[in-house]
Amino acid sequence: MISHRTTFRTASIVALAGVLAAGCGSTGKDGKGTSGKTRTVVVFAAASLTETFTALGKTFEASHPGVKVKFNFGGSSALAQQIDQGAPADVFAAASPATMKQVTDAGRASGPRVFARNRLEIAVPPANPAKVAALKDLASSKVKVVLCAPQVPCGAAALKALKAAGLTVKPVSQEQDVKAALTKVRLNEADAALVYRTDVKAAAGQVKGIDFPEAAKAINDYPIAAISKAPQPGLAGEFVQSVLSQQGQTTLLQAGFEKP
Amino acid sequence: MLVLPALLGLAFLVLPLAGLLLRAPWSTLGTRLARPEILEALRLSLVSATLATLFCLLVGVPLAWVLARVDFPGRRLVRALVTVPLVLPPVVGGVALLLALGRNGLAGRWLDRWFGVTLPFTTAGVVVAEAFVALPFLVISVEGAVRAADLRYEDAAATLGATRWTTFRRVTLPLIAPGVGAGAVLCWARALGEFGATITFAGNFPGRTQTMPLAVYLALENDPQAAIVLSLVLLAVSVIVLAGLRGRWVS
Repeated sequence: MISHRTTFRTASIVALAGVLAAGCGSTGKDGKGTSGKTRTVVVFAAASLTETFTALGKTFEASHPGVKVKFNFGGSSALAQQIDQGAPADVFAAASPATMKQVTDAGRASGPRVFARNRLEIAVPPANPAKVAALKDLASSKVKVVLCAPQVPCGAAALKALKAAGLTVKPVSQEQDVKAALTKVRLNEADAALVYRTDVKAAAGQVKGIDFPEAAKAINDYPIAAISKAPQPGLAGEFVQSVLSQQGQTTLLQAGFEKP
Repeated sequence: MLVLPALLGLAFLVLPLAGLLLRAPWSTLGTRLARPEILEALRLSLVSATLATLFCLLVGVPLAWVLARVDFPGRRLVRALVTVPLVLPPVVGGVALLLALGRNGLAGRWLDRWFGVTLPFTTAGVVVAEAFVALPFLVISVEGAVRAADLRYEDAAATLGATRWTTFRRVTLPLIAPGVGAGAVLCWARALGEFGATITFAGNFPGRTQTMPLAVYLALENDPQAAIVLSLVLLAVSVIVLAGLRGRWVS
């Protein structure tokens, strides 16, 4: 039986190596400080800020020669967790005060300032296969609705809006951030998702947005703060200022955010 | 010279597990383990990994046999294709599955139109994602076993008048049983730990598609203690699998 044993061993070594290699892979969170002359400021920002902050980062780099802005976009709660675990972030921009509080409570940031507000919209595929017209349509079991997970700000806001409307919605999935929820609609796998107005705008042409009045009862405040003991404290403060500046605010308004 | 790096390697592997054990909320473990959402995720994980393994056995053993015993043009290409999911990042596998079997996908479109079946966001979708990622483990393991099995037994069976199917069932299968068993266990373990393809293809909903790894990932964001408990459960399952393997096939 020796051959079987060797076979098994070889196979299992190969396979175990595969398990390890394939096991996982997620959020990159590198961001070394100074290397040569270029300095890098690392910004952890809510997924819903992807397009706006990328644009703001370009402007910031243009006005700060020798500075690179690196982003880590994701669900605010995941980002908060990473920062609390010591991820080398300079700035944190969250989609809700609750997720910012996770970071300030841990002593990793202080004095956050609200720089924008955002409201929910229903996103549907352009053809709107389930003929969704209002929030109450999402309660139908025939409509495949995707929400954000309750611990992520967009999920918390969605629950709040649905509660305000007195509706119970059984989603087919709870996604880890707002962009993941939107993607399911873009791919036409889901009939509707509750995402931010800014996400619908950023994906113009690929999804259709439907306003609903209850969204007014679940508006998210977006706080931003420089991280205490940031690798680049000076740049962190300057980046926060640039977001709060007139120019930063204009970019945010154009993307569909509301004034704080 | 070699002892130091060896110890370092060992520490590297053991330290994270020690961290998990040391930080575990042992005093509240019992009550936390009995929480319905944990039991739900565990049940879903065990059921879907087992179904995925059964599916893999059904199609993987014949595939491995063909790769090992039948000489056909393009065999090396087929073998390479079979091993692709092994090296492919699981998230990419999930994206690929969405594009192939999603409601709008190449094949998924027809599944939906003809049978009204859509796989994403269903437990069946979880099984599909897990089977996609785990199948190569089974095929590689079984193919190795078939190659190692002595051809002369099969030849003898054939000369005695056994058909190919009878030979396979009565001679080859018993010969390769240890390899099949080992492959099935590895396949099951891989399916149980599947994360990337599952969350991408099947989504995340408690009781339907939220398996243990997904629950760990999401729990870490607002309830790290719960994440540790869930991780302990998965660790325990892995240790049990290893122990089972040792008893059956190695020692």
